[in-house]
Amino acid sequence: MSPRVTLAVAGRVLTQVRRDHRTLAMLLVLPCLLMSLLWWMFEDLPGDAFDGFGPALLAIFPFTVMFLVTSVTTLRERGSGTLERLLSMPMGKLDFLLGYALAFGLLAAVQSALAVTVSVGLLGLDVNGPVWLLGVVAVVDAVLGTALGLLVSAFADTEFQAVQFMPAFVIPQLLLCGLFVPRDALPSLLSAVSDVLPLSYAVDAMQELVGAANQASVWRDVGVVLGFAVAGLALGAATLRRRTA
Amino acid sequence: MMNNVIDIRDLVVVRGGREVLPGLTLEVAAGVTGLLGPSGCGKSTMLRSVVGVQRVRSGTVEVLGLPAGDRRLRDRVGYVTQDVSVYDDLSVAENLRFFARVLGVKGDEVDEAIAAVDLTDRRDQVVGSLSGGQRSRASLAVALLGDPDVLVLDEPTVGLDPVLRRDLWRLFHRLADRGKAVLVSSHVMDEADRCDRLLLMREGRIIADGTPAEIRGSAPDIEAAFLRIVEAAA
Ligand SMILES: Nc1ncnc2c1ncn2[C@@H]1O[C@H](COP(=O)(O)OP(=O)(O)OP(=O)(O)O)[C@@H](O)[C@H]1O
Ligand SMILES: [Mg+2]
Repeated sequence: MSPRVTLAVAGRVLTQVRRDHRTLAMLLVLPCLLMSLLWWMFEDLPGDAFDGFGPALLAIFPFTVMFLVTSVTTLRERGSGTLERLLSMPMGKLDFLLGYALAFGLLAAVQSALAVTVSVGLLGLDVNGPVWLLGVVAVVDAVLGTALGLLVSAFADTEFQAVQFMPAFVIPQLLLCGLFVPRDALPSLLSAVSDVLPLSYAVDAMQELVGAANQASVWRDVGVVLGFAVAGLALGAATLRRRTA
Repeated sequence: MMNNVIDIRDLVVVRGGREVLPGLTLEVAAGVTGLLGPSGCGKSTMLRSVVGVQRVRSGTVEVLGLPAGDRRLRDRVGYVTQDVSVYDDLSVAENLRFFARVLGVKGDEVDEAIAAVDLTDRRDQVVGSLSGGQRSRASLAVALLGDPDVLVLDEPTVGLDPVLRRDLWRLFHRLADRGKAVLVSSHVMDEADRCDRLLLMREGRIIADGTPAEIRGSAPDIEAAFLRIVEAAA
């Protein structure tokens, strides 16, 4: 592993994203627009339903967007011969993966800062914990999305297949993360399943920040999500082979 | 004094359930060595084995006295894959700067490599908007970074016009004159005469090995010689 190579990969990925205006817009503007849409949906309803759903979505957007962007980008790299060339060079597999994680983590930080600012500042989302911690949770969620995206790209041969992992990998987590039915109210089997899905902890952390704001339990959830991200990166490294058939 | 730069012994490679290289033994020294053969005969497979990115079933491949793909070889072997392996959405210079950073090579080598493949006037153009030949030259430029001792080039002259092809072969010979081993594959037989040494490959075996003149023999050109050898073996 070498910081020089990791930074080179991260810098290159960021240059590529900067050049691709549509992806950049999707990464930065879309979450803000979706949060606004959500706020608008609940506008005429009594109560503060936005406060109920908003935090979960603040966790889900960075995760989903990064999952999608990363799996497609790395798949493109696997297919185009650039990965083969890089692996024939003095580049550690971890350099490659961490470079991607760093670049997308940075983008996620900007994305979350924007989405959190819009949600709290403009749309009046009530946060009891510190707002910056909301940002930390969002970045960790994005890194998780990046790590899982890197991992699944190993199991897809085409970008088309990679996109299909979305419904298979992301939507079940969405359904079980506590957004629709509180996790402890789920049937016991489903509740057990939701206990091993990383997005559940991401959403728990967000909801805790808006609700009771017990910082220790937020950090514990953040730790679990980070653990999943690290495991995803490690497995991803194992699927990167210098020698291929 | 080491004269064999690449040393392949009994190399067996199976791809897609087929024995693509059924037991190849071969030595390559400094100079420009051409690997010629029909499409699908196993050229890319052999070059990938030399670079150490091909899974092999048995046999050994050594480069500069080290096992192919060894960590210590990774900045001493320049490799051009058959597909253009540069980033379409980066400019020529951005691509080169990225790979230079990965290799730990100084920035001024970037401009030299771009000049060597005659892309200086395109250096800030995005690779995706270049012509096919220009893109493959950008890919070749990456392999020149860091002044590697061994260059493994998989069909680097495909789609280039005659003038550019001549210029690139001159470049390969300039590198060889400085003691480098340049291993170039092609399925265009008329490139044969530009090599110091020629290897003709068919179905994973080397069927002829020598200078272009030796291989041509009394045949009018390499293509005719290739057909003669194939027919004699049949
Ligand atoms: N990824 C792969 N999986 C399975 N079989 C493969 C794969 N790549 C190549 N092959 C097979 O291996 C054989 C040799 O392929 P190779 O790419 O080495 O040929 P080549 O001589 O480089 O051909 P060309 O001149 O067309 O590039 C072919 O029969 C091909 O079908
Ligand atoms: Mg080939």
